[in-house]
Amino acid sequence: MAKAAAKKLGPVEKKLVGVADTVITAADRGKDPALSIPVRSLANINFNEKRGIIEMGKRKQERTLFNVGMAKKFMQTVLVADALAELQRANLTTSLREIYYRTKHTMKDSSENTFDGQNESDPLIEDLEVTLTALREELHVRAENAGSIVGPVVLTDDGDRVDCARLGKGGYSVPSIVEPEFIQIRRCTADFVLLVEKGTQWNRLSEDKFWRRYNCVLLTGNGQPPRGVRRLARRLHEEHGLPVYVLVDNDPWGYYIYSVVKQGSINLAFESERMAIPKAKFIGLSSSDPDTYGLPRNVGIKLNDKDIGRAKELIKYRWFQKKPWQEEIKRMLASGLKYELDALANKDFRYLTKTYLPKKLKDRDWLD
Amino acid sequence: MMAMPKATLKSKTGAKSKPNARSKASAAKLPKTAPRATDAKAPDANAADGKPAKPTTTISAVEMGTRQREISVSEFFTKNRHLLGFDNPRKALLTCVKEAVDNALDAAEEAGILPDVLVNVEVAVANGAPPPPPSQATRFRVTVIDNGPGIVRQQIPPIFAKLLYGSKFHRLRMSRGQQGIGISAAGMYAQLTTGKPVQITSRIGARAAAHYFEVQIDTKKNEPRIVENKKIDWEHQRGTQVAMEIDGRYQKGRASVDEYLEQVAIANPHVQLVYRTPEGETREYPRTIQELPPQPREIKPHPYGIEFGILLRMLHDTKSHTLAGFLAADFSRVSSAVAQEICGTAKLSPSTKPRNIHGADAEAIYKAIQSTKIMAPPSNCISPIGEKAILHGLYRQIKGDFYTAVTRPPSVYRGNPFIIEAGLAFGRGPDQAAETPEAPAVPLAEGEQQDDDNELARVIRYANRVPLLYQQSACATFKSVLETTWRNYGVVQSRGALPAGPMVVFVHMASVWVPFTSESKEAIADYDEIRKEIRLALQECGRRLGVFLRKRERAKSEFRRRNIFELYIEEVVEACARLKGGKLPKEKLKNQLQKIALKRTGGAKTDEILGHESGPEGLPHSIIVTPEGTEGEAPVLPGAEPSNGGPPEEVTPSKETAKAAKRKTKRKKR
Repeated sequence: MAKAAAKKLGPVEKKLVGVADTVITAADRGKDPALSIPVRSLANINFNEKRGIIEMGKRKQERTLFNVGMAKKFMQTVLVADALAELQRANLTTSLREIYYRTKHTMKDSSENTFDGQNESDPLIEDLEVTLTALREELHVRAENAGSIVGPVVLTDDGDRVDCARLGKGGYSVPSIVEPEFIQIRRCTADFVLLVEKGTQWNRLSEDKFWRRYNCVLLTGNGQPPRGVRRLARRLHEEHGLPVYVLVDNDPWGYYIYSVVKQGSINLAFESERMAIPKAKFIGLSSSDPDTYGLPRNVGIKLNDKDIGRAKELIKYRWFQKKPWQEEIKRMLASGLKYELDALANKDFRYLTKTYLPKKLKDRDWLD
Repeated sequence: MMAMPKATLKSKTGAKSKPNARSKASAAKLPKTAPRATDAKAPDANAADGKPAKPTTTISAVEMGTRQREISVSEFFTKNRHLLGFDNPRKALLTCVKEAVDNALDAAEEAGILPDVLVNVEVAVANGAPPPPPSQATRFRVTVIDNGPGIVRQQIPPIFAKLLYGSKFHRLRMSRGQQGIGISAAGMYAQLTTGKPVQITSRIGARAAAHYFEVQIDTKKNEPRIVENKKIDWEHQRGTQVAMEIDGRYQKGRASVDEYLEQVAIANPHVQLVYRTPEGETREYPRTIQELPPQPREIKPHPYGIEFGILLRMLHDTKSHTLAGFLAADFSRVSSAVAQEICGTAKLSPSTKPRNIHGADAEAIYKAIQSTKIMAPPSNCISPIGEKAILHGLYRQIKGDFYTAVTRPPSVYRGNPFIIEAGLAFGRGPDQAAETPEAPAVPLAEGEQQDDDNELARVIRYANRVPLLYQQSACATFKSVLETTWRNYGVVQSRGALPAGPMVVFVHMASVWVPFTSESKEAIADYDEIRKEIRLALQECGRRLGVFLRKRERAKSEFRRRNIFELYIEEVVEACARLKGGKLPKEKLKNQLQKIALKRTGGAKTDEILGHESGPEGLPHSIIVTPEGTEGEAPVLPGAEPSNGGPPEEVTPSKETAKAAKRKTKRKKR
């Protein structure tokens, strides 16, 4: 009977049901049910220099039911697994917040809630992703559409043809799940992908039709790019061989955004495999740009303590050990200033489009 | 202010009407004089105001000199009565009660009599009109009767109707009153607001007659004016009764007469107090300690606490003929050797005549005193309440689960010895806890907390056993409570706020001279030495509270732990069943898990460990109240606890002891 039931289950659902099996098996043997959850922290990641990506280490943490400190989390994990399995069965996608609401209830005969806030359920979903080695998309959990794309690309989304060259200035809003089952890239004639940190600068480039002139795809994630944007960039890179250039503010957070695109993030190291673009290049803003492009000192912003602390952390990361990067970060710390992309407007409203990027591309002035 | 003092009103209208009448009269007499001149003559009292025709005329120094005159203390305090605690009618009522009660207790204690005090506050009726309800009334009659030594006839008028007259100002000895202002000021306030004299009845013994006085204060001269004086029959054999009628307001709650008397009872368990409220209720605070606190001794000033000017005065006033003799005789802790040393340092002959020391020499002595090592002043001039008595007081008046008290060793500020005592009452008491069982489980929304309990601790402050009710935030005791990091002891405390929770913090400062921030004696001034002692006392209380709370928390958490597992097992089983598509023997899984849970939490074994953990006897001077009974010090278990070398403890009625014993057996059963 078990086999027959297993046959009907999808692979992800099977993994989720596995959580229940862990509990049942342990109970049968009179043992404390435990889930081994890979540790998601800087201490448990390796930088694979050969492949240029961050990989998850082998360290795992036991989460057990009969430990006062972990009991609630264990219970919550099982509840989340249950909710995720429900999504699988119904073939729906949902948001993190909806998962939180779905799993929240007051426990029998008490005034204690299963969850007190979304901040309790979010990390559990990540835990399950790494434990079950299932991607968030595979778990049918989506994030908000927080990115835009414009350029000579034609996609199919739910059977609709989306020509990203014919969507005006606004472009196409990148969904959080862009796996081939949901979105197909029909055609792509661009020469490269430009991933811009800030929506405002993306708008500038889009309005100026920069992509038409330089035949590229413009992508933005409005800050830290969400998975959909990263994954789409990776697919364009992988499936159509487009080089990816990253344009961010000149501050530690900009550097980190670039590194996430390139090597993957620390928190979700296990996803680098699918997300990271090891060949991505850092096109700007570099700490040497103010000199090169004659940006006056007064458009800089003084680094605050947080910035400095973050920069000092970055400088130690294994993937920032290349000499040009060490110089780049040290130069910023030495100047004590950070610059926003928007500061380029000090020279001219269209300085980014007309001068900065063309020169960068012509000079092949980027960091690897 | 609501009630405009009648006397003032009258005199005001009088003053107004007079010049009118007179100007009319003069106008009639001298019809031809210019009206200006008439006006000029009218206020003849102020001759200096003349020559209104030339208002620009400058005033000569001679004229100004004629305006200078002495101000009597009474006049000063009539204008500045807020300095004495008569700023508003509500506070005035409290101050009157307070001054009378303080005097009664001081007198009885000094005479070695266990005080019996009756306080009667009733609504006074102006002109036979029906009395308004107490909450609406604006006029009250305050009567305080004590069983003290009584007052000799001649002294009655000045004590009650002369400001700055008393026995306590000039000596260094711990007492409630310090200045000799209080009761006369209350009388003055009565006179000012209702025009009624203070009525005093006093009798110094069964064989003496009772004297009845009605006195008023002549504010110009600061002298008593006797309105009535006669011998009367009095039902009390000995004691003093003082009654006055004042403008006031009766309100309950914070800083009320009720609160004041309750706090008096806490800090003075040797006092028998009966309070008849304006509402006709009689509250009795019976005596729980049948022994007077040890008599504080009078001491001489300590050299460190003397200011230069005072030293000069003392040099002038002394009866000693030599400098060394003066130092040794007029100061405490100055032996003849130390006196010689001081003289040596000051390079003055020990045999110099004190009266001949002036200027530079006096300064040299002053400096020499500061640089000489002198023993701290003796502390037998202070009589602390004592840990036992504080515990009794708190236990009797405040419902709680845990009580503790700490008396610090004596310390010194500015040459004045003082002792800090602190106490704590924590919790709501077992009765109340039982009354409000677990609230029905209501699902909680996001952001809501399980126990939204924002109650803050209450600080009750005392100086020489007198409760301080106003100006809390200006008081060194209050600041020290804020300063103490209660979080270390398991009590919630937000930054810069009082600790949260059902808690009463008791702080008492006993000293020969309590440094108040103002004459109305509302807050203790902020000396570093005092702050430090308070902090140490509070920390000790906190530490004990922490031990108690941790222990209680442990028992609770073990209980909760099992509960939690039970709850969570339910959830996990349900979720697993859903994950398995409903094909799961739920009961079986649940039973299996519950079995593991029981094994994991240690089951009965844990109970035993918790129950037999070294009991609260490990905490000195503390009481723990549990639903089963009381444990600790209030019910004295002879020899059952580590004694701190405190005064011999007398055994209180053993009802509680029996209770405690019962509790002990119960505890074992559990």
